[in-house]
Amino acid sequence: MMWVIEMIVLIMVVITAIGAITVKDLLGAAILFGAYSFMLCLLWAIMGAVDVAFTEASVGAGISTVLFVAAVFRTSRRTRD
Amino acid sequence: MPDLVVIITAKLNYWVYIVLMMVGLYAMIAKNNLVKKVVGMNILQTAIILFFISIGTKHNATIPIIQHAHGLETHAVQAVNYANPLPHVLMLTAIVVAVATLGVALALIIRLHRQYHTLEEDEILAQLEED
Repeated sequence: MMWVIEMIVLIMVVITAIGAITVKDLLGAAILFGAYSFMLCLLWAIMGAVDVAFTEASVGAGISTVLFVAAVFRTSRRTRD
Repeated sequence: MPDLVVIITAKLNYWVYIVLMMVGLYAMIAKNNLVKKVVGMNILQTAIILFFISIGTKHNATIPIIQHAHGLETHAVQAVNYANPLPHVLMLTAIVVAVATLGVALALIIRLHRQYHTLEEDEILAQLEED
């Protein structure tokens, strides 16, 4: 049963990664990147790397998203690709 | 055809690792926006972390915390029952390095936007040509 959850999370990781680089709005890209980091956090909790999982949840999904959102608000949301 | 499905699903972690790495590399090379390039760099780094964590996993193994630790020190520790913790510690360092790189890159992007009022690479290069 565990491999079904792992496969779903792996597919979600790929979907959010492709979404983060294709969306035409930098704030949306930042939020999708946060979702990508959180999916990776779930994946590492499933794979037994709990220390990496909570470091990723706090640093990857937390601080990185805050830094991206702060940088986008200080610059511009506009992008052409 | 069923053989191909078995080949792909048996090592799905590694296939996803290759896909994520190529997605990140494509974003770093082909995207024109600087923030998109930084997102691609982060995806590339997390793909490598996924590869290392996949190395350390075992079938039917639990998290690397010793069971029967207190009062039962005479129990033998069977290493096959625990996931390999060495890649985990290495990748903890990699996550911290990744967020430090991200902070420096975003600070440089804010500085560039203050000077050139754009985040697109070709517009910055065109303004550099004019000067």
